[in-house]
Amino acid sequence: MAGPFGRKATPESAAGLEMIDAVPVRHPWRWVGAAVILLVLALAIQSMTVNPKFYWGTFRTYLFDVLVIRGVGWTLILTVSAMAIAIVLAILLAFMRQSDNPLFRYVSWVWVWFFRGTPVYTQLLFWGSIGALYPKIIVGVPFGPELFSWDTATVINATVAAIVGLGLNESAYLAEIFRAGLKSVDNGQMEAAEALGMRRSKVMWRIILPQAMRVIIPPTGNETIGMLKTTSLVLAVPFTLDLTFVTNALASRTFLPIPLLMVAAFWYLVVTSVLMVGQFFIERHFGKGVDNVMKAPVKATAAVAAAHATPVDPADGTTEGDKP
Amino acid sequence: MTSTTPAPVPASAGVLPLVDIQGVHKFFGDHHVLRGIDMQVKPGEVSVIIGPSGSGKSTLLRCINLLETISAGRIYVHDDLIGFRDVNGRLHDLNTKQIAAQRREIGMVFQRFNLFPHKTALQNVIEAPTQVKRQSKAAAKLKALELLEMVGLSDRANFYPSQLSGGQQQRVAIARALAMEPELMLFDEPTSALDPELVGDVLEVMKNLAKSGMTMIVVTHEIGFAREVGDTLTFMDGGVVVESGNPREIIANPQHHRTKEFLSRVL
Repeated sequence: MAGPFGRKATPESAAGLEMIDAVPVRHPWRWVGAAVILLVLALAIQSMTVNPKFYWGTFRTYLFDVLVIRGVGWTLILTVSAMAIAIVLAILLAFMRQSDNPLFRYVSWVWVWFFRGTPVYTQLLFWGSIGALYPKIIVGVPFGPELFSWDTATVINATVAAIVGLGLNESAYLAEIFRAGLKSVDNGQMEAAEALGMRRSKVMWRIILPQAMRVIIPPTGNETIGMLKTTSLVLAVPFTLDLTFVTNALASRTFLPIPLLMVAAFWYLVVTSVLMVGQFFIERHFGKGVDNVMKAPVKATAAVAAAHATPVDPADGTTEGDKP
Repeated sequence: MTSTTPAPVPASAGVLPLVDIQGVHKFFGDHHVLRGIDMQVKPGEVSVIIGPSGSGKSTLLRCINLLETISAGRIYVHDDLIGFRDVNGRLHDLNTKQIAAQRREIGMVFQRFNLFPHKTALQNVIEAPTQVKRQSKAAAKLKALELLEMVGLSDRANFYPSQLSGGQQQRVAIARALAMEPELMLFDEPTSALDPELVGDVLEVMKNLAKSGMTMIVVTHEIGFAREVGDTLTFMDGGVVVESGNPREIIANPQHHRTKEFLSRVL
């Protein structure tokens, strides 16, 4: 691997070969650039540390405050649950969108249109007030007798309303990401699997989706980190235990908004970093066979063949993807 | 298979053909790709189709296992009408389950291999037997290793397609198709995407398969393979069968001027 400044490790000489040990091109301006960046960084840090208006004492007091830590926990719970719901729905919606069944295609389209087309804040307000709109959830025969009933407010409490609201909204965005991923997989994969007698649903789940995941994961990681911050909107429900609400409440109690904003920012950064580590491992899992595979030991005949590589023969005019 | 109504007896004498293609037409929009194809393949026969690009030979192959649906005519495999159900003379489309069942009896090998890149060679071969035929993983593996041995790749079982050469990938693809124990194998230009040095290994596997009695329809540009292994040779051009018969005779002495012209260009 080349380092940030372009130096490569020189391999040890093998079998008496005189390995090339060339002097690398020097890049003095990179060093200058690095020095400037470090200087700016140092100035910024210094300005923050000596500035008394940041109230670092208050920052330290509240950084590990029980309410704050609980807020981090709730923010994580909201993020993970909402994303879990969104991912399950998005897979379903993306499959439906690719289906032969027109009913599935329309339903999927309308779902995305609606949940993407209205503000998430409005949707959260709606889920928060659903108890007022429909005081009771009743199971029964349509237009006939009722069998069971529940109080809406106990079934859809603030936590459920927040998670459902965030999850349904996110599912619409993720559905488009999943659809793009499914479309990125070569059509030949579907044909090969179908030619083996596999049903379409099975092909999607076992052949197409695992390959699409390579394309799907980076933007989904993006959405997850976005969701982490979107959870601050749950005050619309109102849900009052998440990190932003808690730090805002503490700020108005202490009349010191800046240090508590810094507390919130610190924890959002920490959680984002943890999520990025998770993404790295998920990407590695779904990249197997494609990204960073170890090349197989090449046989002598294969090496000769590779040296004589010829361009691919143009396909018969009527093969796949060539329909006029 | 799934057809419930008795299929009409295809017109032929002697041994019943395994594949019977009758007056098949295919349109892509206004483009008339197949213009009345009649063709029969007997069990155990190796039928080679040659012809210039755009002659419709790949399309014909794809119609046999329903990657395309025909516009007119009939295709029977094992007396089973492909793609439709005949109810009192009116054709009904098969549902996806019935289509999948018909495809299980027909193996297909593609020009571009189309191996599943996220699965190893072995996983590629056992995918359909375990998922479609519900075989146990152990049994499927045993059979898969046998097949990989047959195509000369037992030492490559745990390699991903990206770690294999084109020729090796194509041989895995053949093993993958054979794992479903089809009664018919379709080859769509199986060597066209390969480096010249790698073509031989794939053709060798196909030759052995032919010797073992597999019924095969092979679309190819390999005239040598047609001459050596083919039982019948069909020359297609412009969506029609121009000439068909014994490969050795046609190659040595083509009757039609279009066949002559084509052979003079590829030989």
